[in-house]
Amino acid sequence: MAKHKGEGAAAMPRSSPMRNTGTMETAAPQISPTSAALPADWRDFFTLTKPRVMTLVIFTAICGVLAAPGSIHPVLGFTAILAISMGAGGSAALNHWWEADLDKGMKRTMNRPIPGGRMRREDARDFGVFLSAVSVCLMGVAIGWLAAGLLLGAIIYYAVIYTMWLKPRTPQNIVIGGGAGAFPPLIGWVAVTGEITAMPVLLFAIIFFWTPPHFWALALFVQSDYAKVGIPMLPVVAGEKVTRRQIMIYTLLLTPIAIAPWAIGGTGWIYGSVAVVLSALFILLAVPVGSRMKAEGDKMLPEKRLFKYSIVYLFVLFAALVADRVAAYQGWMA
Amino acid sequence: MTPEEETEYRRRQKSRNWVVAGTLLFFVVLFYAITIVRIGDG
Repeated sequence: MAKHKGEGAAAMPRSSPMRNTGTMETAAPQISPTSAALPADWRDFFTLTKPRVMTLVIFTAICGVLAAPGSIHPVLGFTAILAISMGAGGSAALNHWWEADLDKGMKRTMNRPIPGGRMRREDARDFGVFLSAVSVCLMGVAIGWLAAGLLLGAIIYYAVIYTMWLKPRTPQNIVIGGGAGAFPPLIGWVAVTGEITAMPVLLFAIIFFWTPPHFWALALFVQSDYAKVGIPMLPVVAGEKVTRRQIMIYTLLLTPIAIAPWAIGGTGWIYGSVAVVLSALFILLAVPVGSRMKAEGDKMLPEKRLFKYSIVYLFVLFAALVADRVAAYQGWMA
Repeated sequence: MTPEEETEYRRRQKSRNWVVAGTLLFFVVLFYAITIVRIGDG
């Protein structure tokens, strides 16, 4: 479920817990080199869950719960969001465990609990497995086993399919990692309705297609050490030109998908109008990124602008989804 | 282990114990609430 990881952040959507964009993480106190012999500080366990990436997971999960038709008791709604967050945290911990050696070789990640020498590698693995198992059981017992199954699928998708298998093997790793960050609203929605319909699948698709332009815009202006540790990130493997073209392609694919919930009658005009305006702006900002090349002394302003806007885009789009649902519930759109 | 490390060891153990205790308490309350809600549904 996490998004880009620092790749951590690399793979996951930057704010996605999925995203390991995880550029900034909660720092535990620096400890002496002998600290590996000591029990890890609880703050290091918290760091394993990639709390910054978690914000997008929690936000989109809440939006999925609130926007779904039907109602859920607040205690159960809270439990569903807690279980999704714990699942994201557990898979993030497994990512820390698996990529500890890679993290050691990258400046951005070398001070994480394991490469920083503050935690034993197997402790991160055990913590990740425990957190993941508890999250799935909690979801199953309190909410339902369909949502629990999706949560388990999301954890396996991120920790195994993405982290262990495809991330080190394909430059499309960001696209695949985006799928992990796309699960929370789907699971949140299913927690309320108990069934998988077109709407939650569209919410999944929105985040899935949003991740590549979001992350690759960042990758164009931030120097990363991925190449050094053998992770085939698209800008390094395929070059700047291909990356810019892919940003444009995914932005164009994202637009109809973002508007689709309104087009199929799943939302009202509030979401529809917000989606149209936001998507038009997204294209407007992506065109200069897709059509130019980096020059000498380039400050990369179009890329920075697109990256910042992509974050606003997702938050406002999902907020509009909830606003639309609230307005419909209150009868304001009749 | 030096006396400083011993002190740090105890400090970490203690803080971890508090976090585990707080987490357990939280889940006790949460499961109680979930049970009440579920019984109400039934």
